Amino acid sequence: MGKTLAEKILSQNSGSDARAGDIVIAKVDLAFLQDGTAPLALRQLAASGLEQVANPKRVVFFIDHASPSPTPELANDHVLIRDFAVKNGAQLCDIGEGICHQIVVESYANPGEVIIGADSHTVTAGALSAFATGMGSTDVAIAIALGKTWLRVPESFKVVVSGGFKEGVYAKDLSLHLIGIIGADGATYKALEFCGPTIDNMNMSARFTLANMTVEAGAKAGIFSSDDITRRYLEFRGRGDLFRSFQPDPDAEYEQTIEIDVTSLEPAVSMPHAVDNVALAKDLKGEKIEQVFIGTCTNGRLEDMAIAAKMLKGRKRHPTTRLIIAPASRKVLMAAMNAGYITDFLEAGATVLPPGCGPCVGIHQGVLGDGERCLSTANRNFRGRMGNPQSFIYLGSPATAAATAIAGEITDPRELL
Amino acid sequence: MLRGRAFKFGDNISTDDIAPGRWFHLRSNLPELAKHLLEDVNPDFVSRVKPGDFIVAGRNFGQGSSREHAAVIIKMAGVSAIVAKSVARIFFRNAINVGLPVLICDSDKIRDGDELEVDLKGGKVKNVTTGSELTSGKFPEVMLSIIDEGGLIPYIKKHKDFDIS
Repeated sequence: MGKTLAEKILSQNSGSDARAGDIVIAKVDLAFLQDGTAPLALRQLAASGLEQVANPKRVVFFIDHASPSPTPELANDHVLIRDFAVKNGAQLCDIGEGICHQIVVESYANPGEVIIGADSHTVTAGALSAFATGMGSTDVAIAIALGKTWLRVPESFKVVVSGGFKEGVYAKDLSLHLIGIIGADGATYKALEFCGPTIDNMNMSARFTLANMTVEAGAKAGIFSSDDITRRYLEFRGRGDLFRSFQPDPDAEYEQTIEIDVTSLEPAVSMPHAVDNVALAKDLKGEKIEQVFIGTCTNGRLEDMAIAAKMLKGRKRHPTTRLIIAPASRKVLMAAMNAGYITDFLEAGATVLPPGCGPCVGIHQGVLGDGERCLSTANRNFRGRMGNPQSFIYLGSPATAAATAIAGEITDPRELL
Repeated sequence: MLRGRAFKFGDNISTDDIAPGRWFHLRSNLPELAKHLLEDVNPDFVSRVKPGDFIVAGRNFGQGSSREHAAVIIKMAGVSAIVAKSVARIFFRNAINVGLPVLICDSDKIRDGDELEVDLKGGKVKNVTTGSELTSGKFPEVMLSIIDEGGLIPYIKKHKDFDIS
């Protein structure tokens, strides 16, 4: 019997014939943490007696969640992280560099690698044919020290995507549609393996969006084959030599096959307070929105900025709708600046934040008031997620977000094309 | 044998519910963070829960963010185990890693306030109030070893490595 992508990568990294259900010890090619999870990991590492870093060049600390620091407590957490990274020769991406998941795909992740991050959206790097999964602080602390971790090889769902997106419909809409079908725990412990003609023609930015959102269905990983699009992305990032081809075997075994034809998809919105509470944007017309947020590891890339800029250029945000935009990384910000998008945003009345997680995590930079509603391009709309349990979060694509900022109410972006 | 009262929660309790993001700055001050445990779902929980009590939840307990602080502050509140229909995978690993047992069974048969007796080794949840008994699903061997040692840190201190051959 052939192997799925998850089985192939975990076989290679564990030196065993890894099959769904097996427990393997896998070599960890990249381990990373962010400022919300690293301090606990460092305390656990000290408690373990293993104050060592097996492979410091492939251990990365990101200061992206509370960045720049809003409180003395968090500033002290940042000091702890910086000191540890310097002392142990580990990599540090300090304030202003951007969101961990974006920098991981820009600068670190490669096909065939096992990537462990102390952040649930670590799954993003699966779009580069890596087995990338989120874990807690203690698991990542031990992975840093030993250079390996234990994993249960997941069963896989095959997600076959066909058809062409209508104008105004994007990978984010596909993602919300998929999660709406299978539910917030529909893929718990499983790997979602994406394939089909639509995926074959999809750019890396859209693949990252799909991979990023798989954890919102409970998945352990979202994995893509590597192809010419993957190779060109790695070449553009200066890592063309690290491209390797990964495809599942034709006779690999899948627990389920989910087929989606995107031709009939329409712009989708997740309603409060669950990602799988999905409706069509056009059916929510009239729902007033006080704040729009465009950014995050889901939709903060240059392609997302381009979609938003195209819609916002020459227009103004609605006078009662605040518009906050945070490019996912320094590279994205610089490219968006050079393309003129940042000027378009500012002229439209947007507040542009430094690269980082921005208001997504509920710490700062856009906490909502009681009863306020936000439409965000993020991945999660749980109650209290953006810092106030009395507020309401809707999720949509950058196009839906930009259209909503202009109209002041949830708007199908096709109305403004 | 663990014994305590059931505190009942619904489906899809997220780690944002358990350890709200607005208290992010307290993550290096866990006793303070623990005061906000589950406050948006049940504001009385922290004042009412007693050492030994159980959190009994529906599906997908602990979904969302990987913040291990969620599992840590549940344990700090004295909760002796989580009993749920299912738990999200990162939370599952985190709970085991910090020495907080998780039992997977049909929690519909448990009501808020029921007295429970839990046999971790046998995976049995006995409802003392109703007299019914539930059986938990089996864990992988590596998880059982980590549970036996009381978490991943004591496990690693003893074994120095993953020992699952």
